[in-house]
Amino acid sequence: MAADAIVIGAGIVGAACADELARCGLKVLIVEAGEIGGGATAAGMGHIVVMDDSEAEFALTHYSARLWEELADELPSGAEYTAAGTLWVAADDEEMAEVRRKHSFYAQRGVRTEILDAQDLEQAEPNLRKGLAGALFVPADAIVYPPRVAAFLVECACRNGARLERGRRIHNMAELANATALIVNATGASAPALSPGLDIQPRKGHLLITDRYPGFVRHQLVELGYLKSAHSIDEDSVAFNVQPRQTGQVLIGSSRQYGSSDPAIEHRMMKRMLERAALYMPSIGRLSAIRGWTGFRASTPGKLPYIGRSPRQPNVWIASGHEGLGITTSLATAKLLADQILNRQPAIPLEPYAPNG
Amino acid sequence: MTRVVIIGAGPAGLAAAAAAGRVARVTVIDDNTEAGGQIWRRTRNAWTIEHPGVETKFQARVIAATQADVTIETPDSCERLPFDKLILATGARELFLPFPGWTLPQVTGAGGLQALVKSGLNIQGKSVVVAGTGPLLLAVAAYLKSKGATIPLIAEQAPAARVNRFARSLLSHPGKLWQGARLKARLLGVPYRTDCWVESAEPGMLRLRTPGGSGSQPFDYLAIGYGLWPNTELAQLAGCRLSNGFVEVDAAQRTSIPNIYCAGEPTGIGGVDMALAEGRIAGCHATGQPTPPLPNRAFVQALTTTFALRPEVRAVATADTIVCRCEDVPLSRIQSCQGWREAKLQTRCGMGPCQGRICGPAIQTILGWPHQSIREPVFPARIESLLT
Ligand SMILES: Cc1cc2nc3c(=O)[nH]c(=O)nc-3n(C[C@H](O)[C@H](O)[C@H](O)COP(=O)(O)OP(=O)(O)OC[C@H]3O[C@@H](n4cnc5c(N)ncnc54)[C@H](O)[C@@H]3O)c2cc1C
Ligand SMILES: Cc1cc2nc3c(=O)[nH]c(=O)nc-3n(C[C@H](O)[C@H](O)[C@H](O)COP(=O)(O)OP(=O)(O)OC[C@H]3O[C@@H](n4cnc5c(N)ncnc54)[C@H](O)[C@@H]3O)c2cc1C
Repeated sequence: MAADAIVIGAGIVGAACADELARCGLKVLIVEAGEIGGGATAAGMGHIVVMDDSEAEFALTHYSARLWEELADELPSGAEYTAAGTLWVAADDEEMAEVRRKHSFYAQRGVRTEILDAQDLEQAEPNLRKGLAGALFVPADAIVYPPRVAAFLVECACRNGARLERGRRIHNMAELANATALIVNATGASAPALSPGLDIQPRKGHLLITDRYPGFVRHQLVELGYLKSAHSIDEDSVAFNVQPRQTGQVLIGSSRQYGSSDPAIEHRMMKRMLERAALYMPSIGRLSAIRGWTGFRASTPGKLPYIGRSPRQPNVWIASGHEGLGITTSLATAKLLADQILNRQPAIPLEPYAPNG
Repeated sequence: MTRVVIIGAGPAGLAAAAAAGRVARVTVIDDNTEAGGQIWRRTRNAWTIEHPGVETKFQARVIAATQADVTIETPDSCERLPFDKLILATGARELFLPFPGWTLPQVTGAGGLQALVKSGLNIQGKSVVVAGTGPLLLAVAAYLKSKGATIPLIAEQAPAARVNRFARSLLSHPGKLWQGARLKARLLGVPYRTDCWVESAEPGMLRLRTPGGSGSQPFDYLAIGYGLWPNTELAQLAGCRLSNGFVEVDAAQRTSIPNIYCAGEPTGIGGVDMALAEGRIAGCHATGQPTPPLPNRAFVQALTTTFALRPEVRAVATADTIVCRCEDVPLSRIQSCQGWREAKLQTRCGMGPCQGRICGPAIQTILGWPHQSIREPVFPARIESLLT
């Protein structure tokens, strides 16, 4: 079979692109060096979250979140789709002001949110420390188990005629000497290895998961300080970010570091991250931890993913650079990529996601 | 003074402590409530009185090890303990091979049932089938019998010819011969059948297999053990090299990391005498004392070849037999994957609190996939412990 499109990488982004292209009738070949969903996709928290950092980030995450809602019924149970909602936790009055700003930002764009005061928050999450100011509740945000979703999307693609080649690493685009096929570089943080010049830096993150404690946490909890720390480019940072898994486990995040490509757990970062978690949830210290791990986000200078034609490599399309939001934005990425390949009208403007370099 | 930390208070760890304690500051750490490991049951007091220079920490679990310190969790505290020399004497655990019915409450590990009886389970008048492989079956059967159980059968999967050859070879190991004869005398009257293994269990009734046929066997308890699996996790976490699944050591019991030693089962399943000898060597060498000679490993080799698992035993699990008990994953779902990592990511196999400690060896035995993804904490640990 001569492929129309070769998707390199079967992380959640490559899997979603392969599914969308195969659905549109293209003959797709998926090439994956390791396991399906075994890269950053195996590490990510799987929080489907609408963000408001910039209009472009909002547009992409909001569009994608709606696509997740549509997909939810089709997902296998192992995908653990749960519409748990997000609580953006405000520690003080200053952060409460941010809660109100976010509330009106979302309201103006049709996203329903609720402001919780200190008492509401205490009721919603009894294990948070007392004395927090309140929170913004975003009910439609969800949680998934990303590696299973990636496998599901690959299965869908294969039902539409796609072929999967596992265990093959592409070292150079020239290996794919099929003149007619278009190539999608969906290799996450490794994308620059195949598309030199692409400005993507790996950004390491730590996570830790506990034994089962059903009900200990009820929503995805994120501190509002997150926004500040997540974007301080030059410093290592940690933030309180805790998630209830469908299994009853508590998944604890998160850290952000540049300049490390070693996957080993760094005790120092893990400790900082857990201290932050214990600051917000003192009783978390008594829970039993069963495993920690790390993963690499693919970060870009513009804090937005690259979705579009490579400016340097003819026939190559980029779907990479999703930083800490690639689970959320994978489905929209696939739509926007296919829109460009097939000259369809995109649902949101494409320009902010044009690959640089 | 050299600071020696010993992990494990079984025969190897205690022998190492006795040797090292003569000239060094020694701390022995064990997660049991008393010394003795799997085999010896001596009280903590008796042992510490004999070795006043040795500090012991019981109910203390090592959750992480680096090349300079270990992290120890107790029921109400956690500390990091630095060392000059570390001796890993972490022993072995039972290998559980899943078969239809292995998750019934009446089915336990061979050593596991012995431990339950030691901690109070009454088996007086109960009918206990002992099955699996290796000399441990005899020891367990003898113990259970002494506690009033009836043993209708010891089912040994190894073929008669190999077991007989092994028994004859014990003649050249006087200590072993004595042990073997003593056990045999105590077990007089207990049917010992070779070439026989458990195919499945239902409450009250076992299905047994031999190469030629099958049969039923009523039971109250089944104590089943397919031998021992070395506890190499801490050694791996500290960066020590393994070979063939065991911690690689030189003649002085040194691992590939210069200040870390390993003695006993993690270096090869060899029984008490071997563990004692290795522990002594490690304890002496780590503290600059002359080391006793290395024992002959022929016995270890003989054990391994005699009680090697037959292919039929590796295949007793059926498609819907649960292999990962933490996450309820049946064999068929694991088999549909191409390797450990895919199985883990797609089925959650090995992701539970045991982190593959039980299903890892089973899957390696059944499917040949080595399980090597060792991470801190090696045992579930309180989050506050990770903050130290
Ligand atoms: C939502 C979610 C929930 C999860 N829940 C659980 C759970 O309940 N239980 C559980 O056990 N896991 C869980 N995981 C963890 C996940 O399955 C993997 O553990 C994660 O992908 C990290 O990889 P690994 O630990 O399997 O790495 P391995 O398979 O051990 O390693 C993959 C490769 O990367 C290297 N590597 C990667 N990370 C490290 C590291 N930190 N240190 C050293 N080498 C490393 C290894 O050398 C290896 O070559 C969950 C993951 C997600 C996304
Ligand atoms: C700690 C952490 C927490 C996160 N939390 C969230 C969250 O809550 N919500 C969210 O939306 N996002 C989250 N993310 C981000 C998300 O995990 C990633 O953005 C997303 O998984 C990226 O998917 P991908 O398919 O682009 O990359 P990957 O999953 O890394 O996939 C790339 C694939 O390409 C393959 N590959 C690479 N090079 C080659 C080659 N040369 N030849 C063949 N194959 C190759 C790799 O093997 C891999 O499978 C988190 C990330 C981290 C690290």
